[in-house]
Amino acid sequence: MSAPLEHLPALAVVVPLMTAPVIVALRRPWAAWLLACGVSWASLFFSVLLLLQVLESGPFSYLMGGWAAPWGIEYRVDQLDAFVLAIVSAIASVVSVYSRKSVEAEIDSERHYLFYAMFVLCLCGLLGMAITGDAFNLFVFLEISSLSTYVLVGMGRDRRALTASLRYLILGTVGATFYVIGIGLAYMMTGTLNMADLAQRLPAMAHTSTVRAALAFLVVGIGLKMAAFPLHAWLPNAYTHAPSAAAALLAGTATKVSVYVFLRIVLGVFGATGLLTALPITQVLMVLALAAMFVCSAVAIWQPDLKRALAYSSVAQIGYILLGIAFLSETGLAAGIVHLFNHAVMKSALFLALGAVALRVGSTRIDAIRGIGRKMPLTMAAVLVAGLSLIGVPLTVGFVSKWYLVEAALTGGMWPVAVLILASSLLAVAYVWRIVEAAWMAPPGPELAHIREAPTAMVLSTWVLAGASVWFGLDATQTMGVARLAAQTLLQGVAP
Amino acid sequence: MREKPILRVGTKFLIPFILMFALYVQFHGDFGPGGGFQAGVIFASAFILYAIVFGIAHARRALPAGIRRLLLSLGVLIYAGTGVLALAEGGRFLDYSSLAAQPVLGQHVGIFLVEFGVGMTVFAAMTTIFFVFASRDPSAREQD
Repeated sequence: MSAPLEHLPALAVVVPLMTAPVIVALRRPWAAWLLACGVSWASLFFSVLLLLQVLESGPFSYLMGGWAAPWGIEYRVDQLDAFVLAIVSAIASVVSVYSRKSVEAEIDSERHYLFYAMFVLCLCGLLGMAITGDAFNLFVFLEISSLSTYVLVGMGRDRRALTASLRYLILGTVGATFYVIGIGLAYMMTGTLNMADLAQRLPAMAHTSTVRAALAFLVVGIGLKMAAFPLHAWLPNAYTHAPSAAAALLAGTATKVSVYVFLRIVLGVFGATGLLTALPITQVLMVLALAAMFVCSAVAIWQPDLKRALAYSSVAQIGYILLGIAFLSETGLAAGIVHLFNHAVMKSALFLALGAVALRVGSTRIDAIRGIGRKMPLTMAAVLVAGLSLIGVPLTVGFVSKWYLVEAALTGGMWPVAVLILASSLLAVAYVWRIVEAAWMAPPGPELAHIREAPTAMVLSTWVLAGASVWFGLDATQTMGVARLAAQTLLQGVAP
Repeated sequence: MREKPILRVGTKFLIPFILMFALYVQFHGDFGPGGGFQAGVIFASAFILYAIVFGIAHARRALPAGIRRLLLSLGVLIYAGTGVLALAEGGRFLDYSSLAAQPVLGQHVGIFLVEFGVGMTVFAAMTTIFFVFASRDPSAREQD
């Protein structure tokens, strides 16, 4: 028997994959919840071990079925993979603890097992996307996570969840199809699906229109999945009408993993072709990122439903990440990568807090929560902390991201972009202030008289993430260190 | 149902052959065209034919939701379990060669088990999809 540590990359995906059918077979709500919790924490444990291993001894591979790399499926773990694995499993772990009360309130008890089975399958898909080194295997995991996400969204409280889910299904399928067309075109030219092998073989074919078309399909396809402006139309409804626990999980993980796929495929695989600089991809990306930051932040200010406001804010935050990537410099990339973590932590904290509000008040509309701060002080204090982080106030993770983004803009000689980054933060002040004002400044109305603080498990989970957004804001050396290493590894393959 | 004897007798005559053919496609998959997915679909088609001719209620009785759910999960577990078994025998995940003393025999055993799991899940999924869509009343939940 070989060392169990060696099999960690496979186990990280296989354990959630095998838990989902067990949940379906058992069907007991509490057993389903317990298993979902256990498997989330187990994958967090695996991910942390993988991260430590990568940081200690560098990237390594695992060959599925023992078939050698360019032919068989290779699981490759480098700093970026391990970082994304840790983000996804950490968010899933916190949300899984939180989910029990929230799911009890929002979903029929006979469907609880389905929710948890989909939760675990979604986790499996997201982890698989992050860990695999095979472009087609990535598509399979993309579909696993997407299909389970459609079901999760469709389980929302009212029937609008179904239209939101259908819309996401259609656009998500278009995105996945574009991805597979892009991979198909690249496969046609190179005869390989292994990412490292593709990266080696593509530069020789970079002048062909097939490879350019492949890149175009991949950028648009992945852009749809990560809700890059203006391909974000599916996201606000999906996040608004999904069950609260599902919204918190998706807000923290789904788009982040898609951004990871963008980094891995567009920079990692197509980086050496020189197409990123030959074609105006980074310029387009930068303009769209800035547009996302301003348009979606502005839209967020006027939303009557707070979940919806946060969903638009998510699109804006994806803009910050893409902006960091568009600089194509080490600091810019590192800022984008660290914002994957930072945004996941603060946005999930906000969605968890709103889920607690939805549980107690029954609505997340701004006029329904006036004065809620007096009734649910702990939950709303978490909103305040995570909201400050969203703005980018010093001592929070949001500040760390924006600091490095501005630094990247200035070292790149693009000071107008730096000014725009700061200006867009003012819009974030506006939509966060709206929530704070409604929650804390107004006296609670008579309809809130019987509202109590949220259950302990929910408050604790929310505060774990809100606390993390301060903790990693005070000391960003660890997250920034990993992000820098990941950025360096990625940039090695990108042609100047 | 009284009025269509040819259809009923014909269906009853056909179903065993459909099931046999599905099993042939399943177990001959190593050597020729076929495999778990195709076999699962063919196996399911026998039940779907039965449901169309004799009515959904009879078909549901022949294949209750609980059994389908169990098969659905068991198939995935057999697939992934084969991989874990290979891992426990000292190989990589899904490395069939480590499943038996000789690598070639191990490959046979491994692909046999994995395809069996695929067939089981595909069969259960196909029949479940059919039964869910065939229910007139969209709000009717499947009861055990």
